[in-house]
Amino acid sequence: MAARSVPLSRLSGHWSGWAAALLVSAFVLLPLLAVLWFAGGGSRPGPADWAALRFTVLQATLSAVFSVLLAVPVARALARRRFIGRGVLITVMGAPFILPVIVAVLGLLAVFGRSGIVNQALVWAGLPPFQIYGLHGVVLAHVFFNLPLATRLFLQGWQGIPAERFRLAASLGFTPLDVFRQLELPMLRNTLPGAAMVIFAICLSSFAVALTLGGGPRATTVELAIYQAFRFDFDLGRAAVLAMIQMALVTLAALLVLRLGRMESFGRGMDRPVRRWDAESWPLRCLDTAVIFAAALFILLPLGAVVWRGLPGVMDLPVQVWRAAWVSTVMALASTLVAVALALALAHLALHHRRIEAVGLLGIAASPFVIGTGLFLLINPFSDPVRWAFVVTALVNALAALPFALRVLIPGLRDVIRDFGPLADSLGLTGFARLRWLVLPRLRRPLGFAAGLTAALSMGDLGVIALFADPERATLPLQILRLMGAYRMETAAGAGLLLLMLSLSLFWLFDQGGRRDVDA
Amino acid sequence: MLTLEALDIRQGAFRLTADFSLEEGAVVAMIGPSGAGKSTLFNVIAGFFPPVAGRVMWHGRDITALPPAKRPVAMLFQDNNLFPHLTVAQNVGLGIRPDLRLTPQDRASVDQALARVGLQGLDARKPAALSGGQQGRVALARVLVQRKPLILLDEPFAALGPALKMEMLDLVAELAAETGATLLMVSHDPSDARRIAPLTVLVAEGQAFAPMPTLQLLDAPPPSLAAYLGT
Amino acid sequence: MKPHVLLATLLMASPALAQTPVLTVYTYDSFVSDWGPGPAIKEAFEAECGCTLNFVGAGDGAALLGRLRLEGTRSPADIVLGLDTGLIAAARETGLFMAHTIEADLDLPVEWTDPLFLPFDWGYFAFVGNRGAEHPTNFRELAASDLGIVIQDPRSSTPGLGLLMWIKSVYGDEAAGIWEGLADNIVTVTPGWSEAYGLFLEGEADLVLSYTTSPAYHLIAEDDDSKVALPFTEGHYMQIEVAGILAASEQPELADQFMRFMISDGFQNVIPTTNWMYPVAMPEAGLPDGFSTLIQPETAILAPIEQADALRDLALDEWLRVLSR
Repeated sequence: MAARSVPLSRLSGHWSGWAAALLVSAFVLLPLLAVLWFAGGGSRPGPADWAALRFTVLQATLSAVFSVLLAVPVARALARRRFIGRGVLITVMGAPFILPVIVAVLGLLAVFGRSGIVNQALVWAGLPPFQIYGLHGVVLAHVFFNLPLATRLFLQGWQGIPAERFRLAASLGFTPLDVFRQLELPMLRNTLPGAAMVIFAICLSSFAVALTLGGGPRATTVELAIYQAFRFDFDLGRAAVLAMIQMALVTLAALLVLRLGRMESFGRGMDRPVRRWDAESWPLRCLDTAVIFAAALFILLPLGAVVWRGLPGVMDLPVQVWRAAWVSTVMALASTLVAVALALALAHLALHHRRIEAVGLLGIAASPFVIGTGLFLLINPFSDPVRWAFVVTALVNALAALPFALRVLIPGLRDVIRDFGPLADSLGLTGFARLRWLVLPRLRRPLGFAAGLTAALSMGDLGVIALFADPERATLPLQILRLMGAYRMETAAGAGLLLLMLSLSLFWLFDQGGRRDVDA
Repeated sequence: MLTLEALDIRQGAFRLTADFSLEEGAVVAMIGPSGAGKSTLFNVIAGFFPPVAGRVMWHGRDITALPPAKRPVAMLFQDNNLFPHLTVAQNVGLGIRPDLRLTPQDRASVDQALARVGLQGLDARKPAALSGGQQGRVALARVLVQRKPLILLDEPFAALGPALKMEMLDLVAELAAETGATLLMVSHDPSDARRIAPLTVLVAEGQAFAPMPTLQLLDAPPPSLAAYLGT
Repeated sequence: MKPHVLLATLLMASPALAQTPVLTVYTYDSFVSDWGPGPAIKEAFEAECGCTLNFVGAGDGAALLGRLRLEGTRSPADIVLGLDTGLIAAARETGLFMAHTIEADLDLPVEWTDPLFLPFDWGYFAFVGNRGAEHPTNFRELAASDLGIVIQDPRSSTPGLGLLMWIKSVYGDEAAGIWEGLADNIVTVTPGWSEAYGLFLEGEADLVLSYTTSPAYHLIAEDDDSKVALPFTEGHYMQIEVAGILAASEQPELADQFMRFMISDGFQNVIPTTNWMYPVAMPEAGLPDGFSTLIQPETAILAPIEQADALRDLALDEWLRVLSR
C-alpha cells in the first residue's frame, strides 16, 4: 500500500507562514540596508576583525558541541528516571538561560572564580587553583547557559519515543546499548544537529560573556568588533559588513544542519506511561543518579550563589525596581505572543519547506547594534524612536526567541499533522478552526514550553537597544545595570534575584499550563 | 454516480489505473493484495493525492481538483479517526461545522446521530474513555451528520474482533441504506465483502477492475486474487 | 487594566505641555537613572526656568555621539551633556555644535578654554583596592607585583580608554613595554565599568580600574572605609565631562540658561554624591565630608584634545597587539 501523501489542499495557502517569513526577513534586512545606505556602502573589515571572526566561530563551535554532548547523558538520565523533585529540577534548570549576563556571570564566579567555592576546595585540598578566565571559561559559561536548553530539547525527543517501542525492545531482550542504537540514536540524529545549530547561533553573537570571561582582547567576538566599529570608529559600513558576515555564518550553519538532520518520526503510540525495562539494572541507576547529581550541582550552585547574593538586597528594593519588573513582565508577555504566533506560522511552512527554519535564526544571527541602528535610521525621520521603544523591543525579543520556539514546535506539529491532518482535511477543518480545534490543543505541551522559554528569555533580555532607550520605562535588567553603575551592587543583586524569580515563575506558569489536563 | 475516468495514478515506480463507475447507493467492497494500491485509490477519490491523468466525477461533475472537504466524500481512515483531545459530541459536531459553532438544531442532530449508533449519554466523554467499538461508533455518527453521499471506509474496524467488526459493518450498511449513500470499503477479509457488499472491485496488477458481483468473483477468483485468498 | 489600554499607555511618550518651552538634553543613561544626578537636576532647573527639561538618556558618552551623528542637523536635542575629553575632537568635527557664551573661572586642575564645550564635572582615574593590602605606587611596581587587576576594554568603556591614554601619555614609546609587564596581572578585561567593579567587589581581583572618588561612595553611602584609591607617582589621568549646545537648537537662550545653571550650585551640589565626581565650580557648602579623605594626585594628566585621537589609535593598536598574544 502506498503511503499517505500530501493533500492537494495543503500545496497552496500557507500565506500566514510566508507572511511571517517576510516580516522576520524584513525586520532584519531592512535595518541592515538602512545602515549600509547611511554609510554609503560597506567597508572592509581589518585584520583585527578577522581575528575576532576566527575566535567567534571557535568559541561558538566549542560551546555548541560541549553543550549538546553533555546534555545527552543528562537528558537520558532524566528521561528514564522518576524521582521526587524531578519536575522542579527541570524547571529550575531552565534558569541560567534567562538571567542577564552579568548576574549569571557573577553567579558562575561565586563557584568557579578566584575566590569561588571550587578554588576554596582546591586550596583546602592543597591543589593549585583553577583559573576560569580564558577560552575554557567562555565555553564553560556558554555550556552553563545552554546545557539546560539542550537537555530540554532532547528530553522532548525522548518523550517522543512511544512507550510501545520500549515495550517491544524489552520483549526482544534489548540491552541498554541496543536500545541506544536502535531507538535513542535515531532520535538523537534528528534532534542533536538542530539543538547544536541553535546554540551555535546564540553563542555566535555572545559579547559580554566572551569578553568578561575570555580574559582580554584575545576573546574579542564579532559582536564586539561591530560595537567597536560603531561607537569607536563610527564606521557604519564596517559594522554592517561584519553583521552580514555573522548572518551568513549562521545561515550557512543552519542550511548545513537542516540538510543533515532528518525529519523521521517514531510513529504514534497510545500514550502509555513509559517504563524502561532496559534501564532497571543498578549500575545504570547509579550512573543516572550521578549524572543528574552532577548536572544539578553545575546548574544549581551558581544559581544558589545568585539567590544568596540577592537575599540581603531583595528585602528593600526601591520602587523603581518594582516598576521595572512590571515593565519587563508586560514586555515579556507581548514578546511571547508575537514569538509564538510567528513560530506557529513558520512551523507550518517549515513542514513543507524545511529551509524556512533558517529564516527563524536570522533574529539571533543579526547584530542587535546594527538592527537597532538601522531601525533608528528608518524610524527617526518620521517619528520619535522613544514612542516605538516598546514595539521595537518586544519584536526584537520575540525574534531572539523565535529559533528556540521553532525548534520546540516543529517536531510536535509534524506529528500532529501526520496523525490528524488527513482527518482534518476531510472534515474541512481549515484556518482558525483548524488552529483552535486541532493545532492548539494537540500542541499544548510544546506550546507551553516555547511560550515559557520566550517569556523568560524576554524577561532576562536587557531589553534596550541604546538608541531606543526609554528612561521612563526601564526594564528590570537595565535597572540592574544602572544600579551597578551607581555602585549599588547589593540592591542590584537583590533585583537580580527578583528577576530570577519572576522569569522562573513566568516560565513555570506557561510550561505547566501546557501540561495541565492533558488527558489524551 | 461515481465515475473514475481513465485514472492514471503514479507514485515513484508504483502505477495504478482505474476506469469504471459505481451506481448511486451501491455497496462495494475493494479487495486485492497488500500493496496493490487500494488505499492510494481511496486517497485519490477523497482528494488526498492527485492522479497524473484522468478524472474523478460525481454525477457528471469533475471533482478531481477539489480539496478533500469540498468533495461529496466522508472517509474513515485505518486509524486516527477521532481527535483524542475533543469530546465525543465535539468529534461528531466537527462533521457539521468544522469551527464547532453549533446551533441548537445542530446539537440535536449530533444527539440524534449518537442515539442512532447507540451512544446516548456518552457525549461528554473523550475517546480515550471509550472502547474500540464505541470509538468506531463515534466515527460513524460523524459520518452520519456529514450527510455525504459517498462513504469511503479504509479498514477502520480492522483492529476490532471478528464479532465486533461484523456488528460495525452491519451498522454501516444499515446507515448507508437509510441515507441512500454509496459505500466503498477496503477489505482484507472476503467474508466482510460477502456479508454486506453485493459488488466487489478487484485491485491487482496495477489496475482497479470494474465492479463484479461479489459471490461470483470470490467463488471463481482469477489467478491474482486466488493467490491472495490462498485458495 | 485592559490590554490595549495598557499598550497605549506604554507606547505613549510623556506628553509635553505645549505652552511651556521644552529643553531637550541628550545625556548618558546613568546620568538620568533614578540613582544618577538627573532627577534632582531636572527639578532644580525647572523650578527656575519655567520650562520643561527633557532628559533623553542613551548608552554612554560614545553612544551619545554616535546617535548625534545618525541624526545630524535634524536632531531634536538642544544640548548634549556627558561627552568627555576623549570625544571632544570627534564631536567638534561633526560641526553640529555652537559656541556657548559662558565665561567662568572653573575649579579644574587644568586650564580650560574650549569655546564649544563647557565642563560640568571631572575626576581622576585610579586603581582601587582594599585598605591594608599591598599597594604599588606606579605602573612599573604594579607590573612587577603579583596583584590581579580587572580593567575595562578601551573599545567599549570610558575608564578603559582612560587607562590606555594614561599609560600612553606617561610612557610614550615605552607604553607597549608597560602593557607587556601588566599582561600577567590582568585577570580579565570587561566590557564596562560595572562588570569590572562588580568582579572586584566579589573578590576576583586585588585592584580595579576606577576613579579616585570611588572610596567616597563606600564611605558616605555604606559607612565603609575599607576601599582606597592608589596614588601613582606618575600622576593620574583625568576625565573631564562636558556639555555643548547644538547649532540647530531652537532654544538657544534657554540652552545658554541651562549651561549657566550647570555651573551653579543647583547642579554642582548634586554631582559629588550622585555622579561621584568632582564639581567644576565648588558649591558654597563645599564637598561632602567623605571627599576630604580621598587622595589628591599631585600631577593631573590629560592628552591635548588635538592629539588625543591620533594617540588613541596608536595606543589601541599597541594594546591589542600586546594583549592578544
